[in-house]
This record gives sequence, C-alpha cells and structure tokens, in this order.
Amino acid sequence: MQRHRLYATMLTATDIACVRGDRRLFSGLGFTLEAGAWIYLTGENGSGKTSLLRILVGLSPAEAGEIRWDGVAIGRLGDEYRRVVTYLGHHNALKEELTARENLSSGAALAGVNLDIARADAILAEVGLAGREELSVRFLSQGQKRRVALARLLWSESPLWILDEPFVALDAAAVLWLAGTLANHLAAGGMAILTSHQEVLIAGSIMQTLRLAA
Amino acid sequence: MSVITWKYASPQYFYPLAGKMIPWFSLLAVIFGIAGLWLGFFVAPTDAQQGEGYRIIFIHVGASWMSMFLYLVMAFWAGIGLSFNTRVSSMMATAIAPTGAMFAFLSLWTGALWGKPMWGTWWVWDARLTSELILLFLYLGFIALQAAIDEPRRADKAGAILALVGVVNVPIIYFSVKWWNTLHQGASVSLTQAPSMAKTMLLGMLMMALCFWMYSLAVALMRVRAIMLERERHSEWVANLKEVKS
Amino acid sequence: MGAFGVLSAVVRRDLLVALRRKSEVLTSLFFFVIVASLFPLGIGSEMDLLRKIAPGVLWVAALLAAMLSLNRLFANDYADGTLEQMALSPVPLGLLVTGKILAHWLVAGLPLVLIAPMLGLQYDLSSRALMVLVISLLLGTPLLSLIGAIGAALTLGVRGGGVLLSLLTLPLYIPALIFGAGAVEADISGLGAAGHLSLLAALLTLAVFFAPWATTAALKIALE
Repeated sequence: MQRHRLYATMLTATDIACVRGDRRLFSGLGFTLEAGAWIYLTGENGSGKTSLLRILVGLSPAEAGEIRWDGVAIGRLGDEYRRVVTYLGHHNALKEELTARENLSSGAALAGVNLDIARADAILAEVGLAGREELSVRFLSQGQKRRVALARLLWSESPLWILDEPFVALDAAAVLWLAGTLANHLAAGGMAILTSHQEVLIAGSIMQTLRLAA
Repeated sequence: MSVITWKYASPQYFYPLAGKMIPWFSLLAVIFGIAGLWLGFFVAPTDAQQGEGYRIIFIHVGASWMSMFLYLVMAFWAGIGLSFNTRVSSMMATAIAPTGAMFAFLSLWTGALWGKPMWGTWWVWDARLTSELILLFLYLGFIALQAAIDEPRRADKAGAILALVGVVNVPIIYFSVKWWNTLHQGASVSLTQAPSMAKTMLLGMLMMALCFWMYSLAVALMRVRAIMLERERHSEWVANLKEVKS
Repeated sequence: MGAFGVLSAVVRRDLLVALRRKSEVLTSLFFFVIVASLFPLGIGSEMDLLRKIAPGVLWVAALLAAMLSLNRLFANDYADGTLEQMALSPVPLGLLVTGKILAHWLVAGLPLVLIAPMLGLQYDLSSRALMVLVISLLLGTPLLSLIGAIGAALTLGVRGGGVLLSLLTLPLYIPALIFGAGAVEADISGLGAAGHLSLLAALLTLAVFFAPWATTAALKIALE
C-alpha cells in the first residue's frame, strides 16, 4: 500500500449548503478530515448524502460554503484535486460489453494509469474474481460487478476516497475484504468518506460521524 | 470569479427597479411608434418602382435589426450569468428570447408581404430572409432547451452555452448563406438602389426601430419580473411583496 | 501515460464497445442508403434531374444520418456512470471528449464517406464529382460530429432529447451543408470545388479547436 504524504493533507469543508430544485437539503455543514481518519456519513433517505458527496468530489457546485484541500479551494486546484480523490458513486461505471479485465484497464487508462494484463488480473484476483477476468461484465452478478467497480481502489494512488454506498450488494466475504482494504488505506495515511446503511467497523481507525437531518 | 456585489444583481432589488422602468419604456415605445408609423405611412414619398407596397419595410427593417440585436444582448447576458454566476443576468436572457423570436418571425412575415408584389411568390430564398429564418430557429432552440430542463440553474447555464455557440455561428451562417445565394443568383428583397434614400424614409425606419427597442425593453422587464416571482416564490422577499400579501 | 496514450485508450474502448454492439455501426449507414434511395422514388427517375439534385440530396442524407447517431455519443456513458468517472479523472475532460468524438466519427461518419461513391453512382455522378463528394464528406462528417457533440452534451438526460437535439444542431449544420454540397455542384458545373473545400477545411479546423471546449463545458453542466 502506498505511503501517502503525512504532512498537511487535510480536507476542510466550511458552511456548505445544498439546494436541490426548490428544497434546501442542508446548510452550515462543516468538518475537517485529516490523514488516517474517516467520516461515516449517515442520514435518512433523501437527506442529501449523495448530493454532499458529489459536492465534495467537485461534480456539483455548493450553494454556499467552501471546500479546501490543503488550504486551497478545490475549484482552483482542478485536475490536481481530481488526482488526489477517488470516487465511487451509485453506478459501477462499467461497460456491459467489455470484460472485467478490459473495464479495469480502460478505466485506469482514462485516469492516465497504465495497467498491464498481469497487474489487472492480480487486482481482479484480490477482489475475488480470479477466473472471471475474461467474462463480459454483463454475465456477472450485481455483487461481482460491484467488486469490479471497487477494484479501482487498488490501482488508484489517491489519498482521499469518497465512496457512496460501497458495501451495497456485497456478500460477507467481500464486506470483510473492503473493511480490511479501508483499514490498510487509513493506516498508510489515507482518508475516506463513506455512506452506508449498515454499521461499518474499520479496525483501529479514527472515525467521525456526520449526520444529515432530512 | 468573485461574486458581483452590485445591489441590483439580486432579484430582490432588481424587481422593484424593473417595475419602475416599465411604464417609461412603454410610453417611449408608444411615442416612437406613432412618430414612425406616421412618417412611414403618411409622409414618406411613394417609391418610384415599388409603389405603395414598399412601406412595409418600415416594420420589416426595424424588426430585422431588433431580432439580430436582441440575440446579441441575450447572448451577452447569458454569458455574464454563466461567468459570474449571477441569477438576474440569466433571467434577463431567458426574458429576452421570446421577444427576439417574435421579431424574427415578424421580419420574415413582413419580408414575405414585401416580396409578394415584387416576385409573385410568398417566399424567396433571399440571403437575408434565409438567414433570418435560421436566426428564428436559433431562438426557438434556445427557448426549447430551457423549457426542457427542469432545474433552473442548469437551464440557465445550458442555454448560455447554446447562445454563445450561436453567436459565434451567426456570422458564419450569414456568410455561408450569402455565398450560397450569390452563387445561385437567387432573388433579392431590398430597396431599389437609390443614390440617397429620402430623409423621411430613413427617419421613419429609425423611429420604428427605436419604438421596437423601447417595446422590447418594457416587455423583457415585465417578463423578467414574472420569472423572478416564479423562481423565488419560496423566498422571504416575495412573500413580503405588496401584490402577494394582499 | 501520455496524452496520446490516453486518447488512443479512449478511442479503443469506444470502438470495442461499438463493435460488440454492432447495431450502432450499421443503423446510420442503412439510414443513409435508404434516404438516398427514397428521393428518386419521390421525385422521378429522370437522370438529368437526379444529376442536378444529387449533391444536395446526398449531403442532406449524410447530415441526417450523422445526426441520428449523435444521441448515443454520451447517453450510454451518462447512464452507466462512466461519464462521471471521466469528469473526475485527472486527465483533462477535453482530451477524453475529443477521443470520444473521434471514435464516434470512425463508427458513424467514416462509413458514410466510404459508401457515398456507390450512392453517387445511383445518381449518375461523374467519377471526378464522386471524388469531390468523398473529399467533401471526409472533411464534413468530422465537422458534423464535432458540432453535434455540443448539442448532444447540452441535451444529455433532457426530456424530448432526440428531437430537441435536431432542433439545436440542424441550424448549426447549415454552413457545412452549403459548402459541402456546393463543392460537388461547383465541380459539376465546371467552376472547381477548391474554394468550397478550403472553406470546409477552415470550418473543420475551427471546430476542432472550439467544439471540444464547448462540449466539455456542457457536459460538466449536465453532470452537476
């Protein structure tokens, strides 16, 4: 696991407000996230968890407030910020017509990372898809597709992971695997923000809970 | 870009200001309109070749100018709204579009009325008329795009990009249509080549153009107020308005 | 991985997906062929008349075929979340978008260029006119893909997408149509197609620089 810079990696959010259509989902939201820590984002359905994650990642603009990475507004950092973030949304971002291996390597290529076949297969084996590398993703189960989607965490070198419902559709073994991967990531100085409807236990980690009221 | 802190960039303050300006612009529109129509239909001399029918140009030329001018203004405000993230600018662009489209349509219609006695057909593929038709399509596209997007801020920004792309394309389209028309030696709807247009004709057209401009301002301001009320209907300042409270 | 490496990865992926979906490559091609064959049925088979209308008819058919395929440019990636990941990549979105447009042209535009001579023969165009037709489409179809990409990005996920896309894109297609069809006509009438073709090339150059930029801005708005 990559050792991330331990000095001055910090995500700060100040006074974030989010408006969807006519509704003000939340306002005055703020937090500080430092290396080695993670935030458990929770709240009822429709309280704006996904909206917040999309704001933190830079896809949507916030109605108010600022998000800073190492003190610089993420809007100004642009591509630099996208280098330090890895995002997993509700969608798996997989092309049904391509095989698991093709999806993984083209996904990496789109982020500027070269993954050769050996490394791609090793990653797929680690997420429990050994022997299924050449199968069209169309033929994989929901849980298996989610695992291919999660595989991107293994080639990405970003310190900040922002994951929206990563545990959905995973079986017990995969849940353990993901919790372990997260623990390793945090121990190496990374940080994470994730949402989940289940209780999440990540061994030996600093956890903050952020609760959104609907 | 830092937020513009000009007071009137906020709907709350622009709403009453617009309300005060509308009666003045309407009055000016009526004054210029009467002057222009009087000059155009009673004072200007009969054209040597086109007889009385040519008088429709007093409306046609003003409408053409306004349709093109309004597109530029619309694109300008849309661009400001996109760059500085101001709401009122985008709302102005949305408010201007229907009036611009109306003038484009009016220009086409009066162009046809003008051309019929000359060419015997209701439509000629003249370079200017064809470009005007394409301009109408550009307006309709802008209006349709904004109407199809539910989220107002997304509609503002998407419309702005379309309007800016359109503005860049309008010269290209006009040039290509002119090229196409001259090569095919098509018909042309225009005034006869008099060495100097009678002063009264020019003055009449100018009056009508000013009339249309004042009209556009009045109507756009009325429309922008309606848009503000609709978009900000949940906010406090709307609830406190005299007309809403009663 | 350098810019060229990323660009070829994008193109390769889109081509692979299109090849495995097969229907995409063939529908716009068939549409082109069918529309070009409809006109003689509607107008009459008199060769003189057909020769006169050939440049315009073939160009309009190609234009409509290109426009039909625009929907698929971003819609699938938008639906399965791939577009989102592209917007979040440290690689500039403009580069990725250029790759997608290039792949789209290879799948939906280039086949039209290749089959055009065959259709031109149905209209009894001379071999030199056919060559001008091919060159005009070779310059024109990428231009149509580039301009169309802006419209496709603006109407992503919007109600009434397909028809709205046509309303937005067709007015912007007119200069390409005028110079493209005009080139073939100019050749037939002996005036020489050089002027038209150079104007078409100029428009293409302009579009290569500006269209990906406008498309990227529109995509970011669609993803908000």
